[in-house]
Amino acid sequence: MPDKEILYNYLLQLADSSLILAQQNGTWCGHGPILEQDIAITNITLDLLGQARNFYQYAAELANEISGKTTATEDSLAYDRNEREYKNLLLCEQPNGDWAQTILRQFFYTVYLKKLYAALSNSDDARLAGIAAKSLKEIKYHETWCSEWINRLGDGTEESRSRMLKALEEIWPYTGEMFLPSADEKTLIQSGFLPDLSAIEKEWKEIVKEVFAESDLPFPDEKIYMQQGGKEGKHTEKLGFILAEMQYLQRTYPSAEW
Amino acid sequence: MNHTTSIQSAQLISKLWELLEGIPDPEIPVLSILDLGIVRNVEVDENGHITVSITPTYSGCPAMDMITINIKLSMSAAGYKDYSIKQVLSPAWTTDWMTESGKIKLEKYGIAPPNPNDELPACPQCKSPNTKLLSQFGSTACKSLYQCEDCREPFDYFKCH
Repeated sequence: MPDKEILYNYLLQLADSSLILAQQNGTWCGHGPILEQDIAITNITLDLLGQARNFYQYAAELANEISGKTTATEDSLAYDRNEREYKNLLLCEQPNGDWAQTILRQFFYTVYLKKLYAALSNSDDARLAGIAAKSLKEIKYHETWCSEWINRLGDGTEESRSRMLKALEEIWPYTGEMFLPSADEKTLIQSGFLPDLSAIEKEWKEIVKEVFAESDLPFPDEKIYMQQGGKEGKHTEKLGFILAEMQYLQRTYPSAEW
Repeated sequence: MNHTTSIQSAQLISKLWELLEGIPDPEIPVLSILDLGIVRNVEVDENGHITVSITPTYSGCPAMDMITINIKLSMSAAGYKDYSIKQVLSPAWTTDWMTESGKIKLEKYGIAPPNPNDELPACPQCKSPNTKLLSQFGSTACKSLYQCEDCREPFDYFKCH
């Protein structure tokens, strides 16, 4: 089994990405284009939040084992860390933009999770494998929903297509980071604990290419510079604002409960 | 464990299952948590400590916290003191664990039960197989929204999971 501290960092990477995306998606609640789609995006958000909680609970137990204290909880990990301690993908902290941008961001992340969780569900770490296998069942519904929307917008009206192309331009440079291993991921890949991310990248691209082809959308230039740093705590300016809102209550009234 | 205590604990366990049968799902009160297959195991160790193992349905289902609280309330109300509730994630919960009687109750309640063949669900009102999907995501994480093309009634379908 891997070093506890490395595994802890890796679990935070997984948890933080899903939590931050859930926090972003959650602001659609009550603002979705029609009721059914409002419900759909918030349901997906709840799934992401639940998956993040499972990883945080595991990470909190490891943190307590490492420190010999009992202070870490899922809530302390979510509410008491600042942006340099957050390890989420930059993709997840990108703004909601319009519906096209929200959908595209969700689609890229969903396809990535589908491939990653499929690999992790075979992990030697039974707890990680259990969470991944459970999450995978939920992700499959997200994928169908996102793909249908990529289709509808990409191959829809002139307006919807132009918005999808604009979203693609905005979001694409943040996709490469998913497959660029952090120092912790490198260690875990070398020891065989994690799958090779380039294999996941290949599968991810196949699915994205297929859905884009159906939607008459161009597959972007793969050679452009990809933004990175989120996994190591180096974020865009956007994360600070997200955390300021998400952590407001716990920062102002520490340990408040309701 | 001697013979007498093993009989006693078997009786206790069957009493506990009866108690759990009486706890409804907070979102779909027509189903008990046993109908849903949430309770995986009830054990009593040699010191009399009771462990109830439950498997969450959906990762983000807000009803799961409520279910845990309701189990604690029922256990305490029935006078049990030395117990714990254990969450088991693996194997992941599946709608295959829903009981047959649970599926019948669901349909009578107006929710089409999960259909493992992934065919279009029949309308729980008029039984017509002629239905269409309105939205993959419905009023709760576990349901999607359909409409009957014959009686025109919209209805929830409990998704396969």
